[in-house]
Formats: sequence, C-alpha cells, structure tokens
Amino acid sequence: MDLIFEKSRIGRGCTVLPECDVPIAEIPKSEARACAPRLPQMAEIDISRHYTELMKRTHGVNDGFYPLGSCTMKYNPKLNEELAALPGFTGVHPLQEESTVQGCLAVLEKTEELLGEITGMDQMTFQPAAGAHGEFTGLLLIKAFHKARGDVKRTKIIVPDTAHGTNPASCTMAGFKVISVPSNEEGCVDLEKLREVVGDDTAGLMLTNPNTVGIFDRNILEITKIIHEAGGLNYYDGANLNAVMGIARPGDMGFDVIHLNLHKTFSTPHGGGGPGSGAVGCKEFLAPFLPKFHVVKIGDEYAFENPAQSIGSVKAFYGNFLVVVRALSYILVLGNQGIPEAAGNAVLNANYMRVKLQDTFDIAFNNICMHEFVMSMTKLKKEKGVSALDFAKGLLDHGVHPPTMYFPLIVDEALMVEPTETESKDTLDNVVAIFKEIYKNARENPEAMHEAPHTTPVRRLDEVGAARNPVLKFEKWK
Amino acid sequence: MSNLENLKYSKSHEWVEETGENTVKIGLTDFAQHELGDLVFANLPEVGDDVTVEEAFADVESVKAVSDVFSPVTGVVSAVNEELMDNPQKINEDPYGAWFIEVKEVSDREELLDSEAYKKFCEEEA
Amino acid sequence: MGNYIPSTQEERAEMLKAVGVGSFDELYAVVPPDMKVDKLNIPDGKSELEVSEIIRGLAAKNKVYGSIFRGAGAYNHYIPSIVKSVTGKEEFLTAYTPYQAEISQGILQSIFEYQTMICELTDMDVSNASVYDGASAAAEAVAMCNTRKRKKAVISGAANPMVIQTILTYCEGSDTETVVVPAKNGKTDLEALKEAMDEKTAGVFVQQPSYFGQIEDAEAIGAAAHEAGAKYIMGIYPIAGAVLKSPRECGADVVTGEGQPLGMSLAFGGPYLGFMACTHDMMRQLPGRIVGETTDVDYNRAYVLTLQAREQHIRREKASSNICSNQALCAMTAAVYMTTMGTTGMKQTAGLCYSKAHYAAEQISKIAGFELVNDGDFFNEFVTKTPCAADVVLKKLADADILGGYPVEEGILWCVTEMNSKAQIDALTTVLKEVRA
Repeated sequence: MDLIFEKSRIGRGCTVLPECDVPIAEIPKSEARACAPRLPQMAEIDISRHYTELMKRTHGVNDGFYPLGSCTMKYNPKLNEELAALPGFTGVHPLQEESTVQGCLAVLEKTEELLGEITGMDQMTFQPAAGAHGEFTGLLLIKAFHKARGDVKRTKIIVPDTAHGTNPASCTMAGFKVISVPSNEEGCVDLEKLREVVGDDTAGLMLTNPNTVGIFDRNILEITKIIHEAGGLNYYDGANLNAVMGIARPGDMGFDVIHLNLHKTFSTPHGGGGPGSGAVGCKEFLAPFLPKFHVVKIGDEYAFENPAQSIGSVKAFYGNFLVVVRALSYILVLGNQGIPEAAGNAVLNANYMRVKLQDTFDIAFNNICMHEFVMSMTKLKKEKGVSALDFAKGLLDHGVHPPTMYFPLIVDEALMVEPTETESKDTLDNVVAIFKEIYKNARENPEAMHEAPHTTPVRRLDEVGAARNPVLKFEKWK
Repeated sequence: MSNLENLKYSKSHEWVEETGENTVKIGLTDFAQHELGDLVFANLPEVGDDVTVEEAFADVESVKAVSDVFSPVTGVVSAVNEELMDNPQKINEDPYGAWFIEVKEVSDREELLDSEAYKKFCEEEA
Repeated sequence: MGNYIPSTQEERAEMLKAVGVGSFDELYAVVPPDMKVDKLNIPDGKSELEVSEIIRGLAAKNKVYGSIFRGAGAYNHYIPSIVKSVTGKEEFLTAYTPYQAEISQGILQSIFEYQTMICELTDMDVSNASVYDGASAAAEAVAMCNTRKRKKAVISGAANPMVIQTILTYCEGSDTETVVVPAKNGKTDLEALKEAMDEKTAGVFVQQPSYFGQIEDAEAIGAAAHEAGAKYIMGIYPIAGAVLKSPRECGADVVTGEGQPLGMSLAFGGPYLGFMACTHDMMRQLPGRIVGETTDVDYNRAYVLTLQAREQHIRREKASSNICSNQALCAMTAAVYMTTMGTTGMKQTAGLCYSKAHYAAEQISKIAGFELVNDGDFFNEFVTKTPCAADVVLKKLADADILGGYPVEEGILWCVTEMNSKAQIDALTTVLKEVRA
C-alpha cells in the first residue's frame, strides 16, 4: 500500500485553526527556518482511510489468539479505556497546584496501596514508563542504598541465564557488572553455582519468578537468603507476576525491590509497543531513595513528597498516569477474589495447552508450569529442516499470533507460549488443533513450510537487506 | 570451507597475514563467516587504537546476533578496511579479501595454527 | 465480583482433570505453603457500574481550567478530532511490538511514516520509533554521545529542570561526569558553557527555546560544541520546530524533544512521547526500536524492525540502552496530528503561538509589577516579575477559572498557545490589573 506521503497532494489539507485574532508578530528572519518540513497534505477523508487501511494490516488481541510468551497479551477491558479518557483526567496540567489535582493524586495513592498489598511491598513509584525503565530505576535504588552506607565495593549484579535481555542491559546502564549464573536441569537457579559467585562485591540479584521457562523456583527463599547473607539485595522482575498474583507475594519471597508491568499484568493495552507503565515497589528501607514526586496522604489531603535521598527522576512528571488509571479500574473490578482467580486460570490455561500438546511436541522442563511453557522445535529442525521460525510463520496463515520465538536462550529452537486467562477452552482447543495440523504438515511436506505465510498482507521479509542498506524514512519526494 | 596456505589462524577463527616486519592484517575465516550467516554490519576500531592479544577489537552483526572479533596479536592499529562499513557482505563473499585491520608494532601474539591444523580444528568444531 | 475470564466452572473442572490435578491449589503445589496468600487485604471485586462511578468520582475531584496559561514542559494545544478516532482503533490499541512483521505492517508502516515526519521536523537523517518522553530522550541522547575517550556531559542550565534532573539521574547510573552551566538572562550562558567544555566532553545539551521561552542562539552554541570536539544535542519544542532555524542549520548531531504538543492531552503528565533523531553518522548509536523499509519474497514493499543488533535482546549487557519498547500509540498520535495539520497547519500553529504570546506579553508587561524579566526574543513562553507572591496572583486567577503561569525564581513563567483567544488573554490581564489594585 502507498505511504501517506505518496497520497499527499499539493493544496489539500484540513481546516483546523481559526485566523489570528491578535496583531500578527513575525518571527525574525535571522531566527527562522530556511525550508519548512515536508509534511503530508491530506483531506480528512484521506487520513481516515489511510489509517483504516493500516488498521486492517495489524493484528491485535481483539483479532485473535496472541500467546506471545512473557508479554501477557490478555484482553483489555473497554471500561478502562472509557475511564482513562475522562476529561477530568486528560485535561489536567501536571504542574497544577496540588489542591486542584486531588483526584489524580488519589488515583496514584490508591493504586500504590492496592499494588503494595498484592506484591508485599511498602511503597511504590509510578514514574518509570515501561518494564525496562522500572528495572533501571530499581537498580538505581540498590546502587543508592549501598552508596549511602559507604559500601562502594558492591559493583556486581547476579542474573540467571534465563533472564530477559533487558536485565543485563539495565545493569550496565546503572553502572553494574553482570554475573550470569547457569540454570540447573529443572530450569531453575543452580544454588551451588549461586553460592560460588556471591561475595562482598555482590550488589544484588535480579530474578524473574516464575522464570522465563514458566517454572516457579521452589528454592526461592533459599536463593534470596543467600543474597541477603552476602549483603546484597533482591530485585524481582515482575514480568511474570500474572502467574502468582494473589497467590504468592514477591515481598514474602525475600525480594526488596520489584517492578511491575502494569500494561501486562493489570490489563492496560500495549498500543503496538507502548505506552506502558513500569511501576517500582520497594520495602520501607529503600523508600528514602525512590524517585521524586511520591504521593502521600496527610489527613484527608494528598500531596507530593520528595524522598529524602531520592535518586532523582527517570522521566519528567509522575509516569504514564492514564495507564495507572486503567490499572486501578482493573484491580477494583477484580478485587481480592478476582486477582488470584485470574492468576489461577492463566496457569490452568497454560497447563491445559501444555498437556494437550505434549504428545506431539517436546516441552522443555515438562512438568506443571505456571502461566507459560516453552516448546523446543529442535527435533523437527534436525529431522525435517523445519525451524521454530518456519513453524511460527505457519501459524500466521491460521490467524494465530505466534508464540515468542528463540527465547529463552537456554532452549534451542524455542517457542514460548503464554495463553493468559482471558482465552476460553474453545479457543485453546482450536489452537491446539492448529498446532498439531501444522506439525503434521511440517513432517509431510517440510519444504512448503519454508514458504509460509501465504495469506498475510505481505510474506516473509528480507531482513538482511533491510539491515545492510537501511532505508529508515521516505526519500522519494516528488 | 576453504583456507589459504599462506595464512595463520586463531582458534577464535581469525586469520592473520604477515604483511611486513612486525605488521599483520587480520580478518575472519571462511568457517567463521559461514557460522555467523549473513553479516549486516562490522563495527571497527580506529587507526591509532591499541589492540591486545585475545581481546575483542571489533564486532560483527547479523540480523539476530552480534559476535566479537578477537585480536590474535598485541599492537597498534595502522589501517582499517573502511569498505567493510559500507559493504559488510564482503566478509561473506570474500572472507580472505575482507581484511578488518592492519596492526603494526606487534609485540605479542597468541599461538597460531597453520592451514592444515586449522582445517582439522574446524572439522572437530563442526 | 467481576473478572474477564470466559471459561465456565464446568470447563475449568474439565481442564483441571485433563491436566491431572484435582484443584487450582494443586497447580501451585510448588509454592511453599507458608508463603501462600490466604486472602488479599484489598476490597471485594465490583461491577463495572460501581467501578465506573468510583473513578468518575475521582476525576471529578480534579479542577480542569477554562483557560490555561501554563506550559513549562506540558502544553495545551488543540487536538484535531481525527487524532483520537484513529488511535482509538482496537487493532492499534491491542497489538504489541511488531515482532511478526507479516501481520504487523499497519503498526510498522505507521512508525516508518512517523520516523519520516520526525526527520522532516528536526531536519535530521534518522529517527527512532520514539522513547518514553522528552526528558528520557535527552538522557538517552547524552548516553549515545559517550565514547571510550569522552564521557562527560555539559548541560545548559536554561533547559527544563525536569529534563536536567533526568539527565543527571541517568548519568549517575552510567558514571558519566556532568556539568550544569547556570542560565544567564533566561538563556544559555555561552561563555560559561565554553569554559565548561574540555577534551573529555562527549555531548552538550541545549534546549530551544529555553525553559524560560527565550530563543537561543543555537547556531553559535553548536559551533562552540564542535570546536571542543563534542557532539551537539538540541532539545526542541516541536511546535516551534516548524518555524525556527532547524537543528541541522544549527549544527545539531542529535535532536530530542517532548512530543506531547503533537496531539497528546495534558493528562497529568503522561503518557507523552520522546522523539529522537540524529545525523547519519550517529545512526548506530541511536537507541530504541527503528523501522526500516525492505521487500518480501514477492518483491512487495514492506517494513520491519531493523538494526536490531544494537539492542538489548541481542547485545544484553553490552547494549548501550535497555529500552525495548516505544510509545507506539503516542508516535501514531503525533503522526496523525502532523498529517492533519500539514506543513501549513504546523506553521500556522507556531505563528499563532508566537503572535498571541507577544500580544499577551505586551499586555501583561504594561501592568505595573509585571514587567518582563528577560529582554531577548521569545517563542510562546516568557517570564514576568510579580508585584506580590506568585501564589496570591495565581489564586486570584484560579478564582476566575484561569490557570496562570508557573511560579519560577524570578517571577511567573507564562505560556500562550493557539488555544488562548484574544478574549482569554484580555480576561487574564483584567484580573492581573485587579491584583495590582
């Protein structure tokens, strides 16, 4: 389809703004731009149709099953959207006097309280805009804590080899060295190896529990104890909280600081990649280091407070506020029973799919899993030359979004499946049948698998060409 | 997989060509480029940078991976093959023509394999 | 009690049986028993109607002003109706990062178009798919200028304090040395800036217009940065960007900014949009998602996430940034906004802001006690003195349903946009005259 610039016609446009009603002041030539930016010239109908066409070339949760492992693509309730669009929220300037934004401050404070109870944390900031941003913030809290005690030799963060790539990258950004620990045969942290690497240079541990192979680490208390005894702190990556919310709390597992992905676990839409929210919670002793603008309730009034030894700010203002409104709405609907019920059904759905698929596919660490499980396509690759990528592309022709591919790194030819609780048994049964059908096709006619997909708006792309000769913007101006 | 007789090889799959007194050229072997797949970018040092034996001096990117390139010698970078910046595919197409850097004032070098020994080493790795 | 789970009790029982367990509890057998939560101490679940009422009640506790003369990092601009109609489409809303390009061409193409528009606006070669906000964009830009030999940032004190704070926090993390050069007359102090630069300086950050609304001599600052061998980062206000000398004309290597004015609501500070663009030479250092054009096996034009080997999921601890998402929906918002306005509309908006701000400044500064603090030219923000405590003035304005300027050290920082009619500006000055009286 054409780019919006190719649809542009000189002289078209939309009438949006009125004539100037004050004397016109001209920007001095010495300060003015020589050439104006070339933006599209379109009538409103052209714009509307252009984006409708793009919409039809986009697959969202509303289009069908979206089992993208570690991304928790659950249904996004419409109520949340309506409430986040209330003018009483959208029309508020972030620098208004506190007395005029009591509703916004109440949203932040109430959500903090609810999430504090769900996670077992004492205080929380909503400033980070995404999970990775939260990781960076949490690590800065750990850095500030050690520094404030004059404990400057703690420069290393221990990260299991199953971790998301953001974990080690966040460590580097926060000025830490990364020590990778291998997993044991159960896919969990190898305690012996962990004991070998801890020491008086250990600043902390970053852990996802359940981890990225979908396993709840049964040794979690021992793990966090080893770190604490070495003088380090424990960081909980909340990417997989959906499996255990209302069942077990990171605060009770020995974690000192956590981040949550509100856009995953608390059902705010992903928006094609953002905006999200990477709220960071911590135990009381880390609270003095939280970012600026922490909301407190004094009597019946809400106010901002800057923590005494604050790390500063990781962005302007208070975070993606409208995402927090959506999360609050979601938590209030679910309540104390709905939260664990959501977790339980997420785990049930994953296990149901796992057992339905286990006769056909190799499941890594095949045991009761949490919210997701990992399949390995190694056998199919070796025997028939059909890779995890080929299999994923085959799914596209059936209207199913593929699982996360080639992650975690410790499983070869990995496909990581996270169905979430908002899919029905009917959907799961249907998808299991599709998985099996593709598998059968792959064995019978492996060559054809390299050709998939056939029915999508475009077919397989030349990614090598894209990276070798980057074309990153429209260049063919008339 | 082909090797050239006149070159020496490291176990991390770099080739070394003697180009003068205490001066060598370094590149990636045919085996390495084959393992790495279609390369899309080479990140090279600058002339004047120090390189140290068995330490990374460059990295190469494919679409889904990035790999370090290690220096078999210690010395100072005296020339860089700028062509690789624009045409990284040259590493895939002509690995022994696509030198990465020239190093002068070589003061230390790791134990290198000759063509025959490297061929065996690769067979074992594969 | 509410939930969004479709499976019935019968289906759940059937599925548990298939899994080979007797209850939900058994699914969690691996969780240590004394760790298990008995019952969360949060309220019972509620119906949609009840939750709607509760949250509407909270929204009603906020004051939404009839006229707004406050900016300081968040700007009240008109949002054309089509913007929300486009970004509310559920496919866009409920998709994720376009990992599977074949079924994500809509999102990918929209980002490619956004990147092109940002390159046009900033006059740069390359844009990423966006980052969290303008402040984090500035901090990422500082990091991308660091080299092995240079790891120091020189920051103009005339930039937005929240942006400066964010840069400092990021630099604390990466152990980058920082110097903030105090502002002079509401602008960058060029002489002091030059003195702060040395052979370790990697990047120089300047905001155009300054936090105080002053139009900087951005070209001279750029020349000074380059003379010191440093990269030049300009943080720009995108509305002004349509008309002021372009960052390329000023010699910028990296351009960042807060994209909120491009169609996003004030929304108590977020979600907003960080845009980042740079010269071709800096392309490999640019963090974040980037979309590129390519072809599919049938030679159809198509779009894909590219240059991914820069990123955290491949480089892990060697990546220069951990960012793994963008503000895709906000980037689309900005693209729809810029398309709807077009070149003419963007220039018109900028012109209205400039004219109305100059009219307002003239009217306000005529009132005794509200004289302008700085004498340089400004875009749409300016600082005046205040004859009494700022909060007294602001309270008086609030009583008239006007959100006044933002209190700063030397007085009040006013902001005027196309949203402020002449009638609103005149009503503002009428109240200010009463303050004096």
